[in-house]
Amino acid sequence: MQTLTKNQTLIEINQLNLFYGAFHALKNVSLRIPEKAITAFIGPSGCGKSTLLRTLNRMNDMIPGTRIEGGIAISGTDIYSGDVDVETLRKKVGMVFQQPNPFPKSIYDNIAYGPRLHGIHDRKKLDEIVETSLRSAVLWEEVKDYLKRSAFSLSGGQQQRLCIARALAVNPDILLMDEATSALDPISTLKIEELAQELKDRYTIVMVTHNMHQAARVSNQTVFFLNGEVVEYDETEKLFSNPTDQRTEDYISGRFG
Amino acid sequence: MNNIFVDANRKQIAGRRRIDFTLRLLFLIATSIGVIALMALLIDIISDGISMLRPELFNNFPSRRASEAGMKSAIVGSLYMLLIMAPLSFLLGVGAAIYLEEYAKKNRITRMIQLNISTLAGVPSIVYGILGLTLFVRELHLGRSLLAGAFTMTLLVLPIIIVSAQEAIRAVPKSRRDASYALGATKWQTVSRSVLPSSISGILTGVILAMSRAIGETAPLVMIGALTFVAFLPTGPMDSFTVMPIQIYNWVSRPQASFQALAASGIIVLLVMLLLMNLSAILLRNKYNKHM
Ligand SMILES: Nc1ncnc2c1ncn2[C@@H]1O[C@H](COP(=O)(O)OP(=O)(O)O)[C@@H](O)[C@H]1O
Ligand SMILES: [Mg+2]
Repeated sequence: MQTLTKNQTLIEINQLNLFYGAFHALKNVSLRIPEKAITAFIGPSGCGKSTLLRTLNRMNDMIPGTRIEGGIAISGTDIYSGDVDVETLRKKVGMVFQQPNPFPKSIYDNIAYGPRLHGIHDRKKLDEIVETSLRSAVLWEEVKDYLKRSAFSLSGGQQQRLCIARALAVNPDILLMDEATSALDPISTLKIEELAQELKDRYTIVMVTHNMHQAARVSNQTVFFLNGEVVEYDETEKLFSNPTDQRTEDYISGRFG
Repeated sequence: MNNIFVDANRKQIAGRRRIDFTLRLLFLIATSIGVIALMALLIDIISDGISMLRPELFNNFPSRRASEAGMKSAIVGSLYMLLIMAPLSFLLGVGAAIYLEEYAKKNRITRMIQLNISTLAGVPSIVYGILGLTLFVRELHLGRSLLAGAFTMTLLVLPIIIVSAQEAIRAVPKSRRDASYALGATKWQTVSRSVLPSSISGILTGVILAMSRAIGETAPLVMIGALTFVAFLPTGPMDSFTVMPIQIYNWVSRPQASFQALAASGIIVLLVMLLLMNLSAILLRNKYNKHM
Protein backbone atom coordinates (compact mmCIF):
# COMPACT_ATOMS: atom_id res chain seq x y z
CA MET A 1 0.00 0.00 0.00
CA GLN A 2 1.25 3.45 -0.82
CA THR A 3 2.23 5.91 1.86
CA LEU A 4 0.08 8.93 1.47
CA THR A 5 2.18 11.76 2.73
CA LYS A 6 5.83 12.43 3.01
CA ASN A 7 5.45 11.69 6.74
CA GLN A 8 6.75 8.36 7.89
CA THR A 9 4.37 5.58 8.78
CA LEU A 10 3.93 5.28 12.53
CA ILE A 11 1.11 2.79 12.83
CA GLU A 12 0.88 -0.16 10.53
CA ILE A 13 -2.27 -2.25 10.62
CA ASN A 14 -1.93 -5.54 8.84
CA GLN A 15 -4.81 -7.81 7.83
CA LEU A 16 -6.64 -7.08 11.06
CA ASN A 17 -9.75 -9.05 11.94
CA LEU A 18 -11.70 -8.50 15.13
CA PHE A 19 -14.55 -10.58 16.51
CA TYR A 20 -16.97 -9.74 19.30
CA GLY A 21 -17.92 -13.32 20.10
CA ALA A 22 -19.29 -14.57 16.79
CA PHE A 23 -19.74 -11.11 15.32
CA HIS A 24 -17.08 -10.18 12.78
CA ALA A 25 -16.63 -6.46 13.49
CA LEU A 26 -13.42 -5.69 11.54
CA LYS A 27 -12.63 -7.45 8.31
CA ASN A 28 -9.14 -7.59 6.84
CA VAL A 29 -8.27 -4.05 7.75
CA SER A 30 -4.90 -2.89 6.47
CA LEU A 31 -3.82 0.69 6.95
CA ARG A 32 -0.73 2.80 7.34
CA ILE A 33 -1.13 5.80 9.54
CA PRO A 34 1.55 8.46 9.14
CA GLU A 35 3.08 10.26 12.06
CA LYS A 36 2.45 13.90 12.98
CA ALA A 37 -0.69 14.20 10.92
CA ILE A 38 -4.40 13.86 11.47
CA THR A 39 -6.07 10.73 10.19
CA ALA A 40 -9.86 10.66 10.24
CA PHE A 41 -12.08 7.57 10.33
CA ILE A 42 -15.46 8.21 8.77
CA GLY A 43 -18.38 5.98 7.97
CA PRO A 44 -21.93 5.29 9.08
CA SER A 45 -22.68 4.42 12.69
CA GLY A 46 -21.79 0.83 13.59
CA CYS A 47 -19.22 0.33 10.83
CA GLY A 48 -16.37 -0.31 13.28
CA LYS A 49 -14.60 3.06 13.59
CA SER A 50 -14.50 3.03 17.39
CA THR A 51 -13.60 -0.63 17.41
CA LEU A 52 -10.55 -0.03 15.24
CA LEU A 53 -9.58 3.00 17.31
CA ARG A 54 -9.74 0.95 20.50
CA THR A 55 -7.47 -1.72 19.05
CA LEU A 56 -4.74 0.94 18.85
CA ASN A 57 -4.51 1.33 22.63
CA ARG A 58 -5.90 -2.12 23.39
CA MET A 59 -8.96 -0.82 25.20
CA ASN A 60 -10.76 -3.70 23.48
CA ASP A 61 -8.84 -6.09 25.72
CA MET A 62 -11.31 -5.26 28.45
CA ILE A 63 -14.37 -6.30 26.46
CA PRO A 64 -14.98 -9.97 27.25
CA GLY A 65 -15.25 -12.24 24.22
CA THR A 66 -13.15 -10.06 21.93
CA ARG A 67 -10.78 -11.90 19.63
CA ILE A 68 -8.23 -10.43 17.30
CA GLU A 69 -6.33 -11.77 14.29
CA GLY A 70 -3.61 -10.04 12.36
CA GLY A 71 -1.30 -7.41 13.68
CA ILE A 72 -0.79 -3.80 14.57
CA ALA A 73 2.68 -2.38 14.75
CA ILE A 74 3.55 0.99 16.21
CA SER A 75 7.06 2.15 15.31
CA GLY A 76 7.65 -1.39 14.11
CA THR A 77 6.67 -3.09 17.38
CA ASP A 78 3.75 -5.48 17.38
CA ILE A 79 1.56 -4.09 20.17
CA TYR A 80 -0.22 -7.41 20.65
CA SER A 81 2.95 -9.37 21.17
CA GLY A 82 3.67 -10.78 24.61
CA ASP A 83 6.46 -8.41 25.49
CA VAL A 84 4.42 -5.23 25.08
CA ASP A 85 3.12 -4.03 28.38
CA VAL A 86 -0.39 -2.69 27.95
CA GLU A 87 0.02 0.10 30.53
CA THR A 88 3.10 1.40 28.72
CA LEU A 89 1.26 1.20 25.41
CA ARG A 90 -1.64 3.26 26.76
CA LYS A 91 0.76 5.81 28.14
CA LYS A 92 2.14 6.23 24.63
CA VAL A 93 -1.29 6.14 22.96
CA GLY A 94 -3.63 8.59 24.68
CA MET A 95 -7.38 8.60 24.23
CA VAL A 96 -10.14 11.17 24.37
CA PHE A 97 -13.71 9.93 24.54
CA GLN A 98 -17.03 11.01 23.10
CA GLN A 99 -18.38 12.34 26.38
CA PRO A 100 -15.98 14.48 28.40
CA ASN A 101 -15.12 12.25 31.36
CA PRO A 102 -13.13 14.21 33.92
CA PHE A 103 -12.61 12.65 37.34
CA PRO A 104 -14.58 14.18 40.21
CA LYS A 105 -11.38 15.87 41.32
CA SER A 106 -9.83 19.29 40.98
CA ILE A 107 -8.59 20.52 37.62
CA TYR A 108 -5.05 20.09 38.91
CA ASP A 109 -5.59 16.54 40.12
CA ASN A 110 -7.23 15.57 36.86
CA ILE A 111 -4.11 16.49 34.94
CA ALA A 112 -1.79 15.06 37.59
CA TYR A 113 -3.65 11.74 37.65
CA GLY A 114 -1.66 10.22 34.78
CA PRO A 115 1.82 11.39 35.83
CA ARG A 116 1.14 10.17 39.37
CA LEU A 117 0.16 6.74 38.02
CA HIS A 118 3.57 6.55 36.45
CA GLY A 119 5.42 7.52 39.58
CA ILE A 120 5.82 11.29 39.41
CA HIS A 121 5.06 12.78 42.81
CA ASP A 122 7.43 15.72 42.99
CA ARG A 123 5.26 18.80 43.45
CA LYS A 124 7.35 21.09 41.28
CA LYS A 125 7.52 18.58 38.47
CA LEU A 126 3.75 18.05 38.66
CA ASP A 127 3.10 21.82 38.63
CA GLU A 128 5.18 22.04 35.52
CA ILE A 129 3.38 19.18 33.78
CA VAL A 130 -0.01 20.61 34.69
CA GLU A 131 0.89 23.97 33.23
CA THR A 132 2.41 22.67 29.99
CA SER A 133 -0.43 20.23 29.43
CA LEU A 134 -3.07 22.89 29.99
CA ARG A 135 -1.18 25.28 27.73
CA SER A 136 -1.00 22.61 25.02
CA ALA A 137 -4.74 22.14 25.28
CA VAL A 138 -5.25 25.93 25.15
CA LEU A 139 -7.00 25.88 28.48
CA TRP A 140 -4.35 27.40 30.72
CA GLU A 141 -5.43 31.02 30.43
CA GLU A 142 -9.00 30.10 31.29
CA VAL A 143 -8.28 27.99 34.37
CA LYS A 144 -4.88 29.03 35.74
CA ASP A 145 -6.47 30.82 38.70
CA TYR A 146 -8.89 28.00 39.47
CA LEU A 147 -6.71 24.91 39.46
CA LYS A 148 -8.13 23.79 42.80
CA ARG A 149 -11.72 23.95 41.56
CA SER A 150 -13.64 20.82 40.65
CA ALA A 151 -13.32 19.83 37.01
CA PHE A 152 -17.11 19.66 36.96
CA SER A 153 -17.27 23.44 37.33
CA LEU A 154 -16.03 23.73 33.74
CA SER A 155 -18.27 23.90 30.68
CA GLY A 156 -18.57 20.85 28.43
CA GLY A 157 -16.09 22.20 25.89
CA GLN A 158 -13.62 23.12 28.62
CA GLN A 159 -14.03 19.68 30.17
CA GLN A 160 -13.18 18.08 26.84
CA ARG A 161 -10.07 20.22 26.50
CA LEU A 162 -9.22 19.24 30.07
CA CYS A 163 -9.49 15.60 29.01
CA ILE A 164 -7.15 16.32 26.12
CA ALA A 165 -4.72 18.02 28.50
CA ARG A 166 -5.01 15.04 30.84
CA ALA A 167 -4.11 12.69 27.99
CA LEU A 168 -1.16 14.89 27.00
CA ALA A 169 0.16 14.95 30.56
CA VAL A 170 1.61 11.45 30.28
CA ASN A 171 3.55 12.48 27.21
CA PRO A 172 2.00 10.27 24.51
CA ASP A 173 3.07 10.03 20.88
CA ILE A 174 -0.38 9.27 19.58
CA LEU A 175 -3.73 10.80 20.47
CA LEU A 176 -6.92 8.92 19.69
CA MET A 177 -10.12 10.95 19.61
CA ASP A 178 -13.42 9.10 19.40
CA GLU A 179 -16.06 11.58 18.26
CA ALA A 180 -14.57 13.95 20.79
CA THR A 181 -16.73 16.85 19.67
CA SER A 182 -20.07 15.16 19.12
CA ALA A 183 -21.34 16.14 22.58
CA LEU A 184 -20.24 19.76 22.21
CA ASP A 185 -21.72 22.98 20.88
CA PRO A 186 -20.41 24.41 17.57
CA ILE A 187 -18.07 26.93 19.17
CA SER A 188 -16.46 24.36 21.47
CA THR A 189 -16.23 22.02 18.49
CA LEU A 190 -14.38 24.62 16.52
CA LYS A 191 -11.96 25.20 19.38
CA ILE A 192 -11.16 21.52 19.57
CA GLU A 193 -10.67 21.31 15.82
CA GLU A 194 -8.24 24.22 16.00
CA LEU A 195 -6.52 22.55 18.90
CA ALA A 196 -6.13 19.33 16.90
CA GLN A 197 -4.55 21.34 14.10
CA GLU A 198 -2.01 22.74 16.53
CA LEU A 199 -1.28 19.42 18.15
CA LYS A 200 -0.61 17.55 14.95
CA ASP A 201 2.83 19.11 14.70
CA ARG A 202 3.82 17.22 17.82
CA TYR A 203 1.44 14.26 17.96
CA THR A 204 -0.01 11.69 15.63
CA ILE A 205 -3.75 12.12 15.81
CA VAL A 206 -6.35 9.57 14.84
CA MET A 207 -9.89 10.83 15.08
CA VAL A 208 -13.20 9.13 14.62
CA THR A 209 -15.88 11.45 13.45
CA HIS A 210 -19.51 11.03 12.54
CA ASN A 211 -19.23 14.33 10.77
CA MET A 212 -17.77 14.27 7.24
CA HIS A 213 -17.38 18.02 7.17
CA GLN A 214 -15.21 17.81 10.24
CA ALA A 215 -13.03 15.20 8.57
CA ALA A 216 -12.80 17.39 5.50
CA ARG A 217 -11.92 20.45 7.57
CA VAL A 218 -9.26 19.08 9.86
CA SER A 219 -7.75 15.82 8.66
CA ASN A 220 -4.83 15.11 6.37
CA GLN A 221 -6.01 11.71 5.36
CA THR A 222 -9.35 10.02 5.65
CA VAL A 223 -10.38 6.39 5.91
CA PHE A 224 -13.88 5.48 4.87
CA PHE A 225 -15.35 2.39 6.56
CA LEU A 226 -18.38 0.36 5.74
CA ASN A 227 -19.51 -2.77 7.61
CA GLY A 228 -16.14 -3.35 9.21
CA GLU A 229 -14.16 -2.93 6.03
CA VAL A 230 -11.96 -0.17 4.73
CA VAL A 231 -13.60 0.99 1.52
CA GLU A 232 -11.23 3.76 0.68
CA TYR A 233 -8.23 5.47 2.19
CA ASP A 234 -6.70 8.56 0.73
CA GLU A 235 -5.55 12.07 1.29
CA THR A 236 -8.53 13.94 2.60
CA GLU A 237 -8.68 16.42 -0.24
CA LYS A 238 -8.51 13.69 -2.82
CA LEU A 239 -11.00 11.41 -1.10
CA PHE A 240 -13.59 14.15 -0.85
CA SER A 241 -13.05 15.68 -4.28
CA ASN A 242 -12.39 12.60 -6.29
CA PRO A 243 -13.34 9.33 -4.61
CA THR A 244 -12.54 6.15 -6.52
CA ASP A 245 -15.19 3.92 -4.98
CA GLN A 246 -18.87 4.44 -5.74
CA ARG A 247 -19.81 3.74 -2.10
CA THR A 248 -17.49 6.49 -0.90
CA GLU A 249 -19.03 8.89 -3.31
CA ASP A 250 -22.52 7.94 -2.20
CA TYR A 251 -21.57 8.44 1.42
CA ILE A 252 -19.81 11.78 1.07
CA SER A 253 -22.53 13.15 -1.14
CA GLY A 254 -24.95 12.30 1.66
CA ARG A 255 -26.86 9.56 -0.11
CA PHE A 256 -26.72 7.31 2.97
CA GLY A 257 -25.40 7.17 6.53
CA MET B 1 -64.83 26.15 15.17
CA ASN B 2 -64.78 23.61 17.94
CA ASN B 3 -62.73 24.49 20.97
CA ILE B 4 -60.73 21.41 21.88
CA PHE B 5 -60.92 22.31 25.57
CA VAL B 6 -64.71 22.33 25.52
CA ASP B 7 -64.87 19.12 23.59
CA ALA B 8 -63.55 16.90 26.37
CA ASN B 9 -65.97 14.81 28.38
CA ARG B 10 -66.60 16.76 31.55
CA LYS B 11 -68.19 13.88 33.39
CA GLN B 12 -65.24 11.62 32.78
CA ILE B 13 -62.83 14.27 33.94
CA ALA B 14 -64.80 14.85 37.13
CA GLY B 15 -64.69 11.11 37.81
CA ARG B 16 -60.95 10.98 37.32
CA ARG B 17 -60.50 13.92 39.65
CA ARG B 18 -62.51 12.12 42.33
CA ILE B 19 -60.40 8.98 42.04
CA ASP B 20 -57.28 11.09 42.17
CA PHE B 21 -58.47 12.82 45.32
CA THR B 22 -59.55 9.61 47.06
CA LEU B 23 -56.27 7.88 46.34
CA ARG B 24 -54.29 10.81 47.55
CA LEU B 25 -56.27 10.72 50.79
CA LEU B 26 -55.68 6.98 51.21
CA PHE B 27 -51.96 7.35 50.73
CA LEU B 28 -51.89 10.19 53.20
CA ILE B 29 -53.71 8.06 55.76
CA ALA B 30 -51.32 5.17 55.20
CA THR B 31 -48.36 7.45 55.78
CA SER B 32 -49.97 9.06 58.80
CA ILE B 33 -50.59 5.73 60.51
CA GLY B 34 -46.89 4.98 60.40
CA VAL B 35 -45.83 8.43 61.48
CA ILE B 36 -48.43 8.73 64.23
CA ALA B 37 -47.60 5.32 65.67
CA LEU B 38 -43.94 6.24 65.72
CA MET B 39 -44.62 9.61 67.33
CA ALA B 40 -46.83 8.00 69.96
CA LEU B 41 -44.11 5.51 70.76
CA LEU B 42 -41.48 8.21 70.99
CA ILE B 43 -43.60 10.45 73.20
CA ASP B 44 -44.46 7.53 75.45
CA ILE B 45 -40.83 6.53 75.84
CA ILE B 46 -39.63 10.05 76.40
CA SER B 47 -42.27 10.77 79.03
CA ASP B 48 -41.45 7.49 80.77
CA GLY B 49 -37.72 7.82 80.61
CA ILE B 50 -37.00 11.50 80.93
CA SER B 51 -36.93 11.35 84.75
CA MET B 52 -34.18 8.74 84.70
CA LEU B 53 -32.11 10.57 82.09
CA ARG B 54 -29.59 11.79 84.65
CA PRO B 55 -25.79 11.72 85.01
CA GLU B 56 -25.94 8.44 86.95
CA LEU B 57 -27.27 6.73 83.85
CA PHE B 58 -23.94 7.29 82.17
CA ASN B 59 -21.66 7.15 85.21
CA ASN B 60 -22.98 4.20 87.20
CA PHE B 61 -22.90 0.50 86.75
CA PRO B 62 -26.14 -1.50 86.96
CA SER B 63 -27.48 -1.91 90.47
CA ARG B 64 -30.28 -3.66 92.30
CA ARG B 65 -31.55 -0.25 93.35
CA ALA B 66 -33.04 1.57 90.39
CA SER B 67 -32.14 4.94 91.85
CA GLU B 68 -28.43 4.08 91.67
CA ALA B 69 -28.47 2.08 88.49
CA GLY B 70 -26.75 3.25 85.30
CA MET B 71 -25.70 1.73 82.02
CA LYS B 72 -22.06 2.74 81.89
CA SER B 73 -20.84 -0.79 81.19
CA ALA B 74 -23.47 -1.24 78.47
CA ILE B 75 -22.63 2.03 76.72
CA VAL B 76 -18.92 1.31 76.86
CA GLY B 77 -19.56 -2.28 75.76
CA SER B 78 -21.51 -1.07 72.73
CA LEU B 79 -18.80 1.42 71.85
CA TYR B 80 -16.01 -1.15 72.14
CA MET B 81 -18.05 -3.48 70.04
CA LEU B 82 -18.34 -0.78 67.37
CA LEU B 83 -14.64 -0.12 67.61
CA ILE B 84 -13.80 -3.70 66.66
CA MET B 85 -16.72 -4.35 64.35
CA ALA B 86 -16.57 -1.20 62.22
CA PRO B 87 -13.03 -1.50 60.80
CA LEU B 88 -13.28 -5.28 60.53
CA SER B 89 -16.56 -5.32 58.64
CA PHE B 90 -15.47 -2.34 56.53
CA LEU B 91 -12.31 -4.10 55.37
CA LEU B 92 -13.93 -7.47 54.78
CA GLY B 93 -17.10 -6.07 53.25
CA VAL B 94 -15.48 -3.57 50.93
CA GLY B 95 -12.80 -6.09 49.99
CA ALA B 96 -15.45 -8.61 49.00
CA ALA B 97 -17.42 -5.97 47.11
CA ILE B 98 -14.35 -4.87 45.16
CA TYR B 99 -13.53 -8.45 44.33
CA LEU B 100 -17.05 -9.24 43.14
CA GLU B 101 -17.49 -6.05 41.13
CA GLU B 102 -14.05 -5.49 39.69
CA TYR B 103 -12.12 -8.73 39.67
CA ALA B 104 -14.43 -11.75 39.64
CA LYS B 105 -15.29 -13.20 36.25
CA LYS B 106 -18.99 -12.91 35.62
CA ASN B 107 -19.58 -16.66 35.61
CA ARG B 108 -21.84 -19.15 37.35
CA ILE B 109 -19.73 -19.36 40.51
CA THR B 110 -19.76 -15.60 40.95
CA ARG B 111 -23.50 -15.50 40.43
CA MET B 112 -23.92 -18.21 43.04
CA ILE B 113 -21.79 -16.34 45.55
CA GLN B 114 -23.81 -13.24 44.82
CA LEU B 115 -27.08 -15.05 45.39
CA ASN B 116 -25.79 -16.46 48.65
CA ILE B 117 -24.74 -13.07 49.93
CA SER B 118 -28.12 -11.59 49.16
CA THR B 119 -29.77 -14.50 50.93
CA LEU B 120 -27.49 -14.17 53.95
CA ALA B 121 -28.57 -10.56 54.32
CA GLY B 122 -32.04 -11.85 55.14
CA VAL B 123 -31.11 -14.64 57.56
CA PRO B 124 -32.57 -14.04 61.07
CA SER B 125 -30.00 -12.65 63.44
CA ILE B 126 -30.47 -15.45 65.96
CA VAL B 127 -28.97 -17.81 63.40
CA TYR B 128 -25.80 -15.74 63.43
CA GLY B 129 -25.88 -16.06 67.21
CA ILE B 130 -25.88 -19.84 66.95
CA LEU B 131 -23.05 -19.70 64.43
CA GLY B 132 -21.06 -17.37 66.67
CA LEU B 133 -21.63 -19.60 69.67
CA THR B 134 -20.34 -22.65 67.83
CA LEU B 135 -17.55 -21.05 65.88
CA PHE B 136 -16.11 -18.28 68.00
CA VAL B 137 -17.15 -19.12 71.56
CA ARG B 138 -16.54 -22.87 71.43
CA GLU B 139 -14.36 -23.87 68.46
CA LEU B 140 -12.00 -20.92 68.55
CA HIS B 141 -12.14 -20.78 72.37
CA LEU B 142 -12.84 -17.10 72.47
CA GLY B 143 -15.36 -17.66 75.26
CA ARG B 144 -18.14 -15.20 76.01
CA SER B 145 -15.86 -12.35 75.16
CA LEU B 146 -16.19 -8.98 73.53
CA LEU B 147 -14.18 -10.36 70.63
CA ALA B 148 -16.54 -13.29 70.09
CA GLY B 149 -19.45 -10.85 70.15
CA ALA B 150 -17.79 -8.45 67.73
CA PHE B 151 -16.91 -11.26 65.32
CA THR B 152 -20.46 -12.56 65.41
CA MET B 153 -21.87 -9.12 64.73
CA THR B 154 -19.35 -8.62 61.94
CA LEU B 155 -20.70 -11.74 60.22
CA LEU B 156 -24.21 -10.43 60.73
CA VAL B 157 -23.59 -7.10 59.02
CA LEU B 158 -21.18 -8.31 56.34
CA PRO B 159 -23.81 -9.24 53.73
CA ILE B 160 -25.49 -5.86 54.14
CA ILE B 161 -22.19 -4.03 53.75
CA ILE B 162 -21.11 -6.10 50.77
CA VAL B 163 -24.37 -5.55 48.91
CA SER B 164 -24.46 -1.80 49.58
CA ALA B 165 -20.77 -1.37 48.74
CA GLN B 166 -21.31 -3.26 45.50
CA GLU B 167 -24.14 -0.91 44.61
CA ALA B 168 -21.95 2.10 45.32
CA ILE B 169 -19.11 0.68 43.23
CA ARG B 170 -21.43 -0.24 40.39
CA ALA B 171 -22.79 3.30 40.34
CA VAL B 172 -19.38 4.64 39.28
CA PRO B 173 -19.75 5.31 35.55
CA LYS B 174 -17.74 3.12 33.19
CA SER B 175 -16.42 6.23 31.50
CA ARG B 176 -14.50 7.05 34.67
CA ARG B 177 -12.80 3.67 34.64
CA ASP B 178 -12.05 4.07 30.92
CA ALA B 179 -10.44 7.44 31.59
CA SER B 180 -8.12 5.83 34.10
CA TYR B 181 -7.21 2.78 32.00
CA ALA B 182 -6.61 4.96 28.96
CA LEU B 183 -3.93 6.83 30.91
CA GLY B 184 -2.10 3.57 31.52
CA ALA B 185 -3.46 2.70 34.94
CA THR B 186 -3.43 -0.87 36.18
CA LYS B 187 -6.56 -2.42 37.58
CA TRP B 188 -5.64 -1.73 41.18
CA GLN B 189 -4.62 1.84 40.38
CA THR B 190 -7.99 2.35 38.72
CA VAL B 191 -9.85 0.83 41.63
CA SER B 192 -7.93 2.68 44.32
CA ARG B 193 -7.60 6.08 42.63
CA SER B 194 -10.77 6.37 40.61
CA VAL B 195 -13.45 3.87 41.61
CA LEU B 196 -13.08 3.98 45.40
CA PRO B 197 -12.81 7.78 45.71
CA SER B 198 -15.95 8.04 43.60
CA SER B 199 -17.86 5.54 45.70
CA ILE B 200 -16.45 5.95 49.18
CA SER B 201 -19.26 8.07 50.60
CA GLY B 202 -21.82 5.59 49.28
CA ILE B 203 -19.82 2.77 50.82
CA LEU B 204 -19.50 4.56 54.15
CA THR B 205 -23.21 5.30 54.17
CA GLY B 206 -23.87 1.58 53.89
CA VAL B 207 -21.35 0.78 56.60
CA ILE B 208 -22.87 3.30 59.01
CA LEU B 209 -26.39 2.03 58.41
CA ALA B 210 -25.16 -1.52 58.98
CA MET B 211 -23.47 -0.41 62.21
CA SER B 212 -26.63 1.22 63.43
CA ARG B 213 -28.44 -2.03 62.80
CA ALA B 214 -25.79 -3.93 64.75
CA ILE B 215 -25.93 -1.52 67.69
CA GLY B 216 -29.58 -2.34 68.23
CA GLU B 217 -29.23 -6.12 67.88
CA THR B 218 -29.83 -8.24 70.96
CA ALA B 219 -30.60 -11.80 69.95
CA PRO B 220 -27.21 -12.99 68.64
CA LEU B 221 -25.41 -11.54 71.63
CA VAL B 222 -27.78 -13.16 74.08
CA MET B 223 -27.10 -16.36 72.20
CA ILE B 224 -23.36 -16.16 72.54
CA GLY B 225 -23.76 -15.26 76.19
CA ALA B 226 -23.29 -11.56 76.68
CA LEU B 227 -23.99 -10.92 80.36
CA THR B 228 -26.99 -8.99 81.55
CA PHE B 229 -25.40 -7.67 84.71
CA VAL B 230 -21.91 -6.27 84.26
CA ALA B 231 -20.50 -4.13 87.04
CA PHE B 232 -17.11 -3.49 85.44
CA LEU B 233 -15.71 -2.17 82.20
CA PRO B 234 -14.10 -4.59 79.80
CA THR B 235 -10.34 -3.97 79.84
CA GLY B 236 -9.47 -6.09 76.83
CA PRO B 237 -11.11 -7.87 73.93
CA MET B 238 -11.24 -11.16 75.85
CA ASP B 239 -13.32 -9.75 78.73
CA SER B 240 -17.00 -10.47 79.10
CA PHE B 241 -19.30 -7.62 78.25
CA THR B 242 -22.79 -6.31 77.82
CA VAL B 243 -24.36 -3.90 75.34
CA MET B 244 -27.12 -1.32 75.51
CA PRO B 245 -30.04 -3.32 74.14
CA ILE B 246 -29.26 -6.19 76.52
CA GLN B 247 -29.14 -3.84 79.48
CA ILE B 248 -32.46 -2.37 78.40
CA TYR B 249 -33.94 -5.83 78.02
CA ASN B 250 -32.78 -6.68 81.50
CA TRP B 251 -34.42 -3.61 82.98
CA VAL B 252 -37.65 -4.08 81.09
CA SER B 253 -38.01 -7.58 82.47
CA ARG B 254 -38.05 -6.32 86.07
CA PRO B 255 -41.43 -5.73 87.65
CA GLN B 256 -40.70 -2.42 89.45
CA ALA B 257 -41.96 0.76 87.81
CA SER B 258 -38.68 2.52 88.50
CA PHE B 259 -36.83 -0.03 86.37
CA GLN B 260 -39.36 0.46 83.60
CA ALA B 261 -38.48 4.14 83.62
CA LEU B 262 -34.81 3.24 83.62
CA ALA B 263 -35.38 1.04 80.58
CA ALA B 264 -37.14 3.90 78.82
CA SER B 265 -34.22 6.22 79.53
CA GLY B 266 -31.87 3.57 78.14
CA ILE B 267 -33.99 3.41 75.02
CA ILE B 268 -33.72 7.18 74.64
CA VAL B 269 -29.93 6.96 74.76
CA LEU B 270 -29.94 4.16 72.20
CA LEU B 271 -32.32 6.06 69.93
CA VAL B 272 -30.24 9.21 70.08
CA MET B 273 -27.20 7.21 69.11
CA LEU B 274 -29.00 5.57 66.18
CA LEU B 275 -30.34 8.94 65.11
CA LEU B 276 -26.85 10.42 65.08
CA MET B 277 -25.53 7.54 63.05
CA ASN B 278 -28.34 7.79 60.51
CA LEU B 279 -27.89 11.53 60.34
CA SER B 280 -24.23 11.14 59.47
CA ALA B 281 -25.21 8.59 56.84
CA ILE B 282 -27.61 11.10 55.30
CA LEU B 283 -24.99 13.84 55.34
CA LEU B 284 -22.54 11.53 53.62
CA ARG B 285 -25.09 10.55 51.01
CA ASN B 286 -25.83 14.19 50.22
CA LYS B 287 -22.16 14.86 49.75
CA TYR B 288 -21.98 11.83 47.49
CA ASN B 289 -24.91 12.95 45.36
CA LYS B 290 -23.33 16.33 44.86
CA HIS B 291 -20.22 14.68 43.45
CA MET B 292 -21.86 12.35 40.98
N1 LIG C 1 -18.67 -4.50 23.13
C1 LIG C 1 -19.26 -4.95 22.02
N2 LIG C 1 -19.78 -6.18 21.98
C2 LIG C 1 -20.38 -6.64 20.85
N3 LIG C 1 -20.52 -5.92 19.74
C3 LIG C 1 -20.03 -4.68 19.72
C4 LIG C 1 -19.38 -4.12 20.86
N4 LIG C 1 -18.99 -2.85 20.56
C5 LIG C 1 -19.38 -2.64 19.28
N5 LIG C 1 -20.00 -3.73 18.77
C6 LIG C 1 -20.53 -3.88 17.43
O1 LIG C 1 -19.49 -3.72 16.53
C7 LIG C 1 -19.88 -2.91 15.43
C8 LIG C 1 -18.97 -1.71 15.32
O2 LIG C 1 -19.17 -0.88 16.44
P1 LIG C 1 -18.39 0.48 16.64
O3 LIG C 1 -16.95 0.22 16.46
O4 LIG C 1 -18.82 1.05 17.93
O5 LIG C 1 -18.95 1.35 15.44
P2 LIG C 1 -18.82 2.90 15.14
O6 LIG C 1 -17.88 3.49 16.12
O7 LIG C 1 -18.34 2.97 13.75
O8 LIG C 1 -20.20 3.46 15.26
C9 LIG C 1 -21.33 -2.55 15.66
O9 LIG C 1 -22.13 -3.41 14.90
C10 LIG C 1 -21.53 -2.78 17.12
O10 LIG C 1 -22.84 -3.20 17.37
MG1 LIG D 1 -18.27 4.93 17.64
